[in-house]
Amino acid sequence: MSTTTTRGVAQPAPAKVSKTRPRRGLRANSTFNFWLFTGPFLIGLVIFVFVPIGWSIWLSFFEARFTVTPSNFVGFDNYKQILTDTNFRNSLVTFTVFAAFIVPATWAMSLGLALLVNRVRFMRAFFRSVFFLPTAVSYVAASLIWKMSIFNGVRFGLANTVLGWFGVENIAWLANPDPPWYWLVIVTVRLWLQSGFFMILFLAALQNIPQELYEAAAIDGAKRGWQTFRHITLPQLRATSTAVILLLLIAAYQAFDEFFNLLAKATWGQPPLVELYKMALGQNQNYGAGSAGAVVLTLLICVVTLFQGKIMGFGRGEESK
Amino acid sequence: MTTTAPDVTKAAKPVKAKRGGVMGNTGLYIATGVATILFLVPFYLIVRNSLMTDPEITGEEWKWFPTTIQWGNFTEPFNDVTVDFAQSMWNSVVVAVLHTAGILLICSLAGYGLARIPYKHANKVFYAVLVTLMVPTAVTFVPSFVLVSSLGWVDSYRGLIIPGLFSGFTCFLFRQYFLGFPKELEEAARVDGLGYWGAYWRVVVPNSLNFFAAIATITFINGWNAFLWPLVIGQDPSAWTVQVALSSYMTNQTVNYHLIFMATAISILPLVFVFLFLQRWLVQGIAQTGIKG
Repeated sequence: MSTTTTRGVAQPAPAKVSKTRPRRGLRANSTFNFWLFTGPFLIGLVIFVFVPIGWSIWLSFFEARFTVTPSNFVGFDNYKQILTDTNFRNSLVTFTVFAAFIVPATWAMSLGLALLVNRVRFMRAFFRSVFFLPTAVSYVAASLIWKMSIFNGVRFGLANTVLGWFGVENIAWLANPDPPWYWLVIVTVRLWLQSGFFMILFLAALQNIPQELYEAAAIDGAKRGWQTFRHITLPQLRATSTAVILLLLIAAYQAFDEFFNLLAKATWGQPPLVELYKMALGQNQNYGAGSAGAVVLTLLICVVTLFQGKIMGFGRGEESK
Repeated sequence: MTTTAPDVTKAAKPVKAKRGGVMGNTGLYIATGVATILFLVPFYLIVRNSLMTDPEITGEEWKWFPTTIQWGNFTEPFNDVTVDFAQSMWNSVVVAVLHTAGILLICSLAGYGLARIPYKHANKVFYAVLVTLMVPTAVTFVPSFVLVSSLGWVDSYRGLIIPGLFSGFTCFLFRQYFLGFPKELEEAARVDGLGYWGAYWRVVVPNSLNFFAAIATITFINGWNAFLWPLVIGQDPSAWTVQVALSSYMTNQTVNYHLIFMATAISILPLVFVFLFLQRWLVQGIAQTGIKG
């Protein structure tokens, strides 16, 4: 039962498609079919991904304010401007601080939840759903709850109400950069939104740990609990952990929604994408500097992604069954 | 609120020694209970604030529950004159549905082509797709906006939907999936005289509905919750999606608590339904692909 497709060799399409013998016409020509299937996607990819990237690189070498068809070539001036711009530099610092908090916190929280759900016998599906439910909530909605109800700087916010019972004065969570309580607000929003999602990844990984390992460990006299976790579970989860940490880093790098909404009018806690947004679409509409910033950020993330590709591998690995 | 869907998280094989270790069963359930309460607090606050009056929300005494449930609050966002909430909900529905349908169609076809149809330069094409994975779309929103505005697509459904349809990542996922799809089925179809196109629609797609459902669920949630791109494109309030509308409530001068929380509740409702009915596919999709967005 062999197929009649020609493997790997493009055949010139016949001038006329024969209706009576369909397997020798255009329909069986694999080159034609390849483009038929991938064409729409590739055309869109060129127009909406490659062209913007190219345009961005081109714009970054021009003086471009309020216009996207500039004529004044300025070489690397935009890059100089970006790299010496305090706001842009601060945004990279903000990202670094943010990542230093959110990545380990989410990793620990999602792994902890996965371990709990994995051991619970009673109402397991319910608990899993509860931890997973925030995945469906948008960053904007969650920011609104945090800003208007939990960490509202006035006395009727939940956090201040609870603290008030213990005699603590009202805290202006977001309106004051010193002490930097706003980090608590920002980190907890994302923690709540993300943990359930990554819990699912850890749960899947936990299910894949061969039971024999635990039995062997028990025979060797390992105590259940910390010892087993430390010497069996954690090493078995290494691949998943690595993947999760990289996914978290890349996601944190692109953080925009919660910062934009929680710190709308603030000058502190502005991550890279918020700075880009202000630069290109704010008062000045400086597309040149904005594009240069986008190029710089893209190069930075490319390094991370390549690193990830090295670790996780692209291409034809990964059976989906 | 439970789903009884069987999925990757089915019970692990029971371990003989049930007790001992760091946590006994009591500790385990206490920890799970505390985590559950903490995770539900934001949902509780949405419900509480959207069914109260403002004086109750901002009162001296913290009230756990409304004195009388204000069901009437439900229509308030729709009657609000400052933000056209109904329009923004409709925009979100249109955008999320078309975004999902478009991505499924375009990226699955491309993924199949790359995985299954022999072509000399298929590898080069695939590398071109891989290159785009390096560049997160969020970072390139400046040039994308420039392009879309020069096409005159600002404030339009076209501008909101079309640029997001060409996801290298989704195409990559479909390719990986189709590489693992059993060849025998297609070969049988081929023997019956179907071409690639016919075999794809009559054999491959009907046998891949689970995977399509998983990708569709994730894509729909991401489309509904997207914020940065709709914010950039929605210069005019008539083109706002519900996320942009919610965001605008936060910067308004007058704060009408019960109204904005009701609006938030309404914006989350469709997703809670998607979530409850399609959780199985969502979990499956995440476990299989390990991705978001």
